[in-house]
Amino acid sequence: MPEEAPRARVNLPDRAWALGQGVLGGGVLVVGALILLELWRVAAPALQKVGLWHFITGTTWDPVRDLYGALPFIYGTVVTSVLGLLIALPVSLGLALFLTEMSPPRFRTAISFPISLLAGIPSVVYGLWGLFVLVPILRHKVEPFLSATLGFLPFFRGAEIGLGYLAAGVILAIMILPTITSISIEVLMTVPGPLREAALALGATRWEAIRIAVLPHARAGILGATILGLGRALGETMAVTMVIGNSLNISLSLFAPGYSLPAIIANEFAEASGVLHTGALAALGLILFIVTLLLNILARLLVRMSRRGPARVTA
Amino acid sequence: MTKPFFALCALASFALRADTVQLTGAGATFPALLYTKWFSDYNKLRHVQINYQAIGSGGGIKQITEKTVDFGASDAPMSDDEMAKAPGIQHIPTVMGAVVIVYNLPGVTSLRLTPETLAGIYLGKITKWSDPALAKDNPNAKLPDLAIAVAHRSDGSGTTYAFTDYLSKAVPEWKSGPGTGKSVNWPTGLGGKGNDGVTGVVKQSEGGIGYVELVYASQNKLPPAEMKNHDGAWVKPTLETVSAAAGQAQMPDDYRISITDMPGKTAWPIATFTYLLIYKDQSDEAKGKELLKFLWWAEHDGQKSAAPLDYAPLPKAVVQKVEETLKGLTVRGKAVLASSK
Repeated sequence: MPEEAPRARVNLPDRAWALGQGVLGGGVLVVGALILLELWRVAAPALQKVGLWHFITGTTWDPVRDLYGALPFIYGTVVTSVLGLLIALPVSLGLALFLTEMSPPRFRTAISFPISLLAGIPSVVYGLWGLFVLVPILRHKVEPFLSATLGFLPFFRGAEIGLGYLAAGVILAIMILPTITSISIEVLMTVPGPLREAALALGATRWEAIRIAVLPHARAGILGATILGLGRALGETMAVTMVIGNSLNISLSLFAPGYSLPAIIANEFAEASGVLHTGALAALGLILFIVTLLLNILARLLVRMSRRGPARVTA
Repeated sequence: MTKPFFALCALASFALRADTVQLTGAGATFPALLYTKWFSDYNKLRHVQINYQAIGSGGGIKQITEKTVDFGASDAPMSDDEMAKAPGIQHIPTVMGAVVIVYNLPGVTSLRLTPETLAGIYLGKITKWSDPALAKDNPNAKLPDLAIAVAHRSDGSGTTYAFTDYLSKAVPEWKSGPGTGKSVNWPTGLGGKGNDGVTGVVKQSEGGIGYVELVYASQNKLPPAEMKNHDGAWVKPTLETVSAAAGQAQMPDDYRISITDMPGKTAWPIATFTYLLIYKDQSDEAKGKELLKFLWWAEHDGQKSAAPLDYAPLPKAVVQKVEETLKGLTVRGKAVLASSK
């Protein structure tokens, strides 16, 4: 009996705390659900008129005649995000490995600090830099070079304008680089030292030690970092709008101008009049929301799977 | 302890003086620069503080319809559907704007365009500067054999509305094609965000062409093209030719009129009014009175600030008509301006 009294005293604040946390945590879910609901409510008239399948596969976007198709935007979002990731991932990973495995620790802070600063630059600044610095370089130097050397591929053909998928992809790569790099650094630093030492003691070279001991241990974390980067790329609005060319277009060529989901919403929502135009834009938001959600679920699954799986060592 | 407290109270009571009226408005970005100057000038004259949010014409119409602001602002007149949702709304034209065509052609300092060639370029039918249609109107210019890089607005805007409204009126093929709207389905070209975006694309691409508001052409030192107007005369975009566009217009009482492609030898063909949107009967006594008095000031003294900022002042005939309209507006059923002026 005397033991129970103090326990009850301790339990009350504990319970209140747990309840508060529960409410706050649940609140996040409620907000998410409300966003989804509201998007659906606004989008419904447009989706009903056009039909979901036609909306997703349609390629015409004509607010004057109320014809709406989302494919050019979906295509542009996917192409630029994947391109950004393809450029950023090797660079980030290399940078993170170099800074954690090879460089002296003092050097690490000197380099990783400015990299994380990159993450704090507002995206409109990236966009302006892209428009005035990157785009002319792409037009006059990079794109002529690519079409001269790799022009046999369909990706590097067509008019060299500068504005387009390639510009958007490069900007996105620079923007997601700090995210992937700094998280990868944190992850690599959690790899226990004895693992590395064991590999080296078995006669592995430095590269082999990284491949056998370090990377498998950090695999889940690096994957998570990549997904976070991809998430940012998918949702990036301002910088992409400024360099993608904002043109209804589906083209294999990376030089061609295109459009992205967030860009069209930002461009047209403020001046959208009429239920259908607003609804079609909300439907694009819904698609973006669902794509992001699916991606996050996929990421969770991948992370879980790679955590369970054993490190495969192949000589 | 008490001294700063009293000082604070004194300060607070000063800030909340009974005669300081606060008005809020929201809408068009195009006249925002002039409106900001108006509101700060007017604040020095009377104790009226006006807060304006330049969120775009669409947002301005939405907010005044829901009565979350005291006045809205829009470049394009409200549609019949929008008017039906906001019964008792009145358009008040405040100033005029012009859309001009800018281009980037090394060595070419003057360019003449007919509505047909302009539409041809934006429809993607005229793709080279050396096209015979362009050469015919510009016998003296050395037009290069360069691809035309077409730039348009990517964001929904009153500028696009005026531009497409003009082409729809002047060129049947445009009307049956992209049509008139704040955002349209462009057959060709690159989209730049805002006037800055379009200017940026034109400046960077040799052979570029774009449409922007007059002030952006002069600020960026891009030469504006001459256009052939309704009467077949070549006109340059200036504040005078823009004001001339409204001269011949038969003003309806609700001022909802498009003044693109207007007759008149000196009329610039792509001109627009920009409007403030207010309710004909104001429900708040203090706010309503001050709002009407401000509008009276804007139509008279305010017009003098327009030209230095590259906005075209309203022609006299329009101001006179607006005077009558303003006198007819009421605050809780009582006229305010008719007696005092």
